[in-house]
Amino acid sequence: MKGICVTAFEVRELSYGGFGPVTFAMHEGEIVGLSGPSGCGKTRLLRALADMDPWDGHIALQGCAPAAIPASQWRQRVAYVPAESQWWFDEVGEHFPRTPEEADLHALGLDSEVLGWPVARLSSGEKQRLGLLRTLVNRPAVLLLDEPTAHLDAGHTQALEALVAGRCATGVMALWVAHDPAQLTRVASRGYRMAAGGVLSEVDTWM
Amino acid sequence: MDVIALSWSDILLAALPLTALAAIFAWQRLGVSRTLLIGAVRTFVQLALVGVVLKGVFQNARPLWTFCFSMVMLAAGTWEVTRRQHRRFVAGWTVGLAALGLFIAGFTATVFALVALVGVRPWWSPQYAIPLLGMILGNTMTGIALGMDTLTQNAWKQRAVIENRLALGQPASEAVADLRRESVRTAMTPIINSLAVCGVVSLPGMMTGQILSGSDPLAAVRYQMMIMYLIATGAGFGNLLTVQLCARRLFDNRERLRLDRLRS
Repeated sequence: MKGICVTAFEVRELSYGGFGPVTFAMHEGEIVGLSGPSGCGKTRLLRALADMDPWDGHIALQGCAPAAIPASQWRQRVAYVPAESQWWFDEVGEHFPRTPEEADLHALGLDSEVLGWPVARLSSGEKQRLGLLRTLVNRPAVLLLDEPTAHLDAGHTQALEALVAGRCATGVMALWVAHDPAQLTRVASRGYRMAAGGVLSEVDTWM
Repeated sequence: MDVIALSWSDILLAALPLTALAAIFAWQRLGVSRTLLIGAVRTFVQLALVGVVLKGVFQNARPLWTFCFSMVMLAAGTWEVTRRQHRRFVAGWTVGLAALGLFIAGFTATVFALVALVGVRPWWSPQYAIPLLGMILGNTMTGIALGMDTLTQNAWKQRAVIENRLALGQPASEAVADLRRESVRTAMTPIINSLAVCGVVSLPGMMTGQILSGSDPLAAVRYQMMIMYLIATGAGFGNLLTVQLCARRLFDNRERLRLDRLRS
């Protein structure tokens, strides 16, 4: 699919839980930034795009609507990564549908040994990095990242930005929610600002 | 040999020490004497009414009367299951699912006992059908109430976990599987415990009653064994069915967790 310039992820007239309507699109390999005041509906938008909350309007990934495939498959393709990851088994590795690539673990400053750790041993920063990694093993086409570096120090923030950028270089799309204008300037090729009520406007500069 | 009948004055005498207990509770300001007395009066009124109605039903043994009585028991059981829920499904789903589970599990177990085990003719004879149904339905009710409550309460508390599992592309059935297992297990625990201690720590009421009324202890014990097995079966299947259906009701056709369908 790469090379054919298509609007790979399209959202038209989307309303969700009293927010919207929202219209925007993403091309293959793009990282699109999204910022806005707390409570304006950013997380709710990501949840609706992953088909986790009821919504109305039009969503399509490469022309395919969510309803065309089972919801679980849609969520593997259009993956929502919540700001706070949840861990329900005892061991870290049990939460991974497949073993993550060694290179990806290293890229985020982790070792494959961490998969054998009890969850209780993880710091909030480790949880956040591992939360992204377990999503990546599903090979999603769209990443919906909700403040993905909220718990990370500067070094790990950079590492995570680089890892996502690397994925997007292979055609993956990312919608990146963040409050830090400097980060959005670094990672996003373009972006939107959301006002109260979920109204989107295109952003020229984050600063 | 006949049971020695108790007179109404014997009952009044039995209530005297209880009244004394309530008085002491009130004196110590424990705050339970009022509910204790209300409970005692309810026991009297409810049992007296049931006695009168049962006497009538037994004297004119007709299938319609047995049926009506069993429907009243079903309604009471459904009400009790619903009452014990901290969070109920909107639009009457809790009531509907409770009634369905009680009906399918409780009535099947009872009819099986009447037709295949006791073999009483006609099979709906109220003298057998009503007490058997009462015991089985009562325990099925407890199992269903506990299973449903555990499931809905935990779904509420573990919302973030369930939704994170969904976000990772797990089907709803997988995302809720641990919760479902835990609910069934929790609801089965008291029943399994009662099987384990039956006859050692506790002498079941029905068996005691039969022995008091002059039955051969071994005959009474066999009845009790049957009842225990049917109670466990009815409660177990009822619990399994309602937990499964409730777990499905927690999600919509797009496998979204719909806690907005619960109301506390």
